[in-house]
Amino acid sequence: MIFTSYTNIISPLGFSTKENYAAVCESKTGVKKIQLPFSTEHFCVGKIDDAIFEQQLAAVKNSKEHTKLEALSILSIQDVINQSGIDPTDNRTLLIYSTTKGNIDILEGAYKHIDSKRAYLPAFAKHLQSYFKLAHAPLVLSNACISGILAIIVAKRFIEQGAYDQVMVCGGDILSEFTISGFKSFNALSHEPSRPFDANRVGINLGEAVSTILVTNKKELATPYHTQIMSGASANDANHISGPSRTGEGLFQALQHTLQHQNLSETGFISAHGTATPFNDEMESIAFERAGLTTIPVNSLKGYYGHTLGAAGVLETVLSLESLKHQQLIKSEGYYTKGVSGNITMIEAHQPAQFSSFIKTASGFGGCNAAALFRKL
Amino acid sequence: MRYITSYAHIKNNRVSVNGEILFTGTPSAGLPEFLTEAYKALAISYPKFHKMDSLCKLGIVCTEFALKGTNFLTQNPLDKIAIVMSNAASSLETDRHYQDTIKDKSNYFPSPAVFVYTLPNIVIGEIAIKYKTTGENAFFVAEKPDAGLLVNYTETVFQEGTQAAICGWIEVDGNSYEAFIFLAEISGNTNKNSNFKPLNQLTVTELYNKTIWTH
Amino acid sequence: MDALIEKLKGQIIEQLNLVELKPEEINPDSPLFGEGLGLDSIDALELIVLLEKHYGIKIEDPKDGKTIFQSVRTMAEYIKSQGKS
Repeated sequence: MIFTSYTNIISPLGFSTKENYAAVCESKTGVKKIQLPFSTEHFCVGKIDDAIFEQQLAAVKNSKEHTKLEALSILSIQDVINQSGIDPTDNRTLLIYSTTKGNIDILEGAYKHIDSKRAYLPAFAKHLQSYFKLAHAPLVLSNACISGILAIIVAKRFIEQGAYDQVMVCGGDILSEFTISGFKSFNALSHEPSRPFDANRVGINLGEAVSTILVTNKKELATPYHTQIMSGASANDANHISGPSRTGEGLFQALQHTLQHQNLSETGFISAHGTATPFNDEMESIAFERAGLTTIPVNSLKGYYGHTLGAAGVLETVLSLESLKHQQLIKSEGYYTKGVSGNITMIEAHQPAQFSSFIKTASGFGGCNAAALFRKL
Repeated sequence: MRYITSYAHIKNNRVSVNGEILFTGTPSAGLPEFLTEAYKALAISYPKFHKMDSLCKLGIVCTEFALKGTNFLTQNPLDKIAIVMSNAASSLETDRHYQDTIKDKSNYFPSPAVFVYTLPNIVIGEIAIKYKTTGENAFFVAEKPDAGLLVNYTETVFQEGTQAAICGWIEVDGNSYEAFIFLAEISGNTNKNSNFKPLNQLTVTELYNKTIWTH
Repeated sequence: MDALIEKLKGQIIEQLNLVELKPEEINPDSPLFGEGLGLDSIDALELIVLLEKHYGIKIEDPKDGKTIFQSVRTMAEYIKSQGKS
C-alpha cells in the first residue's frame, strides 16, 4: 500500500498546509487585482507577498544564492522533512519535482548573481539536491498542468516497483511575465477573479505556489491523513495541442482506468482541474458525466489560488486530503450558476459530510489528462 | 516479456534506424533545414508539421522513422500505447524564442503559436495526435539520456495495463540536437522476430551507443 | 484592394507557417477555417497578432474574429474599413 504522509503548501494564503486550509475554510482567496512591474495593465493573480517572502527567507541558508522558486521550494521541502523526520540523504528517498517553467525568471534577467544555467531544469534540480544533500538527483517531471498529480502517481509507481520507500513530491511555479503574456495571447486570462464551472466564466487567473507531499510505503508515516493512494492514470486526447477535446475523451479514459475495480460508494467529492476557461470546464463536465460521476459533488480550488501550473496538482491534492481529514467539503469559489452542459453537481457552500475517498483530476496543454483516487485506511 | 521492436536515432544530420543509416541530410544544413529534408525523405503529407517548433518536428520525424515498416500501430490498441519522453533542455529553445517576442516593449507581440510550444510535453501531444494514441504520458527532464529512468518508468506503465510504448530522448538546445526513440511491445502483441531485443536498461544503453557517430 | 489581398496572403502564409502553400493557391473568397485552409484556434489567435503587428489594429473581443477572418477578402475589407491599409 502507498500512503500519503506529511505536506506543505506555500501560497498567497500562507506558508503551511494548516494556514492554507484555515484560510480556504474562511473563504479567503489569494487572488487579487494588482499591477505587476512589467505592465501598466492590472492583472488578477495569486501572488505571494514580497514582504512575507523576505521574512520567510530568514529560515533559508545562504538565502542570496537561490532564485525565488528555489527558495520557496527549499522552505516547502524543509517543512515536510521537519514534520516527518525522514532522512533526505537516505538512498531510499527520492525527490520528484513537478514544474512547467522552473526558473523562468532567469530568462527575464531577474538575477544578477545567479548562474543563468539554472534555467535548465536539471541544474535547478541539482541545486535542490546539494542543499538537502539528497542521495539521488531529483527527478523532474514537466507535463504541463497535469505535472503535479502525475508526479504523485509516478511516486506511487516507483515505490511499488521497489526502488524507493519515500518520495517527496514537490510542485512549484512562479508568476512571470512569460506565462502571463502567453496566456494573455491565448485570450485565456480573466481580469476578474475566476469562476470555475460558472455560466459567466471567461478565463483563468494565474497564481504562484509551491506545495510538497510525502508519499511512502511506511504505514507509520501515514499519520497525518491515514489515507492511501488507491490508483491513478494519465491519458491523451490525441486531438489538439491547446484545445480540450470536445468529448472529454482523454479525461474520460484517465478516469476509467483510475476507477475500474474501485468501490466509489463513499466518494465525497471530485477535486476538478476547473481552470475557468469556457472550453476546459465544459470538457471536464462532459468527461465526468461520461464516467458516471454525476452524483459526486465537484469543486475547483482555482478560485482560491488561481492556476498555479506545476504546483496545482500537488496543492489541490493536499487541500483535498485536509478536506477528507476534517470531513468537510470545500466550496467551489466563484461558482454561482451552472455554466456547463455535463450533468454535474457543484459544491456551493462549505459543509460537513461523511465520506472516505475523493478523486483528483487535471488536464493540460498537449492534450494530457490525469486522475487519481485517494481513500481513508 | 517486453521487447524493443524498433528504434531510431537522429544526430549530426543523420538518421539511423535499427542500427543502419537510412538518411543523411546536407552536412552543412542547420537543424531547421535538416528537419525539412528529413520530412521530405519520409514522403508523408502532414501540413501541421511546418507549424511545430524544432523539438516537436524532431520528435515526429524520429518517431515516424522508428515506426516505418512496423505493424506497431495496428498490432496494439491505440488507447494502450504509452508515450514516455525525456530531455535535458525541456522547451528552453522555444522559451528563448518566445522571450524574444516580449523583451522589447516597443515591439511587443507575444505569439500564441510560439507560446504553446513552451512546454516539453507538447511533443508527446503532437506524437499522440499524429498516431491517435491515447495511452499514458510522461515527460521527464534529466541531465543526460538515462536508460534506467526510461526503462524503469516504462515498466511501471506496462504494470498498469499499457501494452506498447513509444519512448526516448528528444533534445534541442541551440545548435545541438539529438533524438533516440525506441518502440516497446509485449511479446504477445508482436510477430516474434529474432531482431527484437528484451526491454531492459542494458539493451537500451547498447542500442543507443551502437550508432556509429557516438563512437 | 487586390494589392492588399495579395499582401495579406503572403503575410498569412508567413505568420501561420503555411509553407506548403503558395499565395496563388489561396482563393480570397474561400473560408479560412474549416473546409478552406483548415486553420485552427491557434491560427485564429495568430491572425489577431498579424493584424496588430502589420496594421496596428487591435481586436479586443476575439469573437469579432469570426466575421473578420471569414476569408482573405473579409480581412482586407476590415483593414480598409479601419483606414489602415
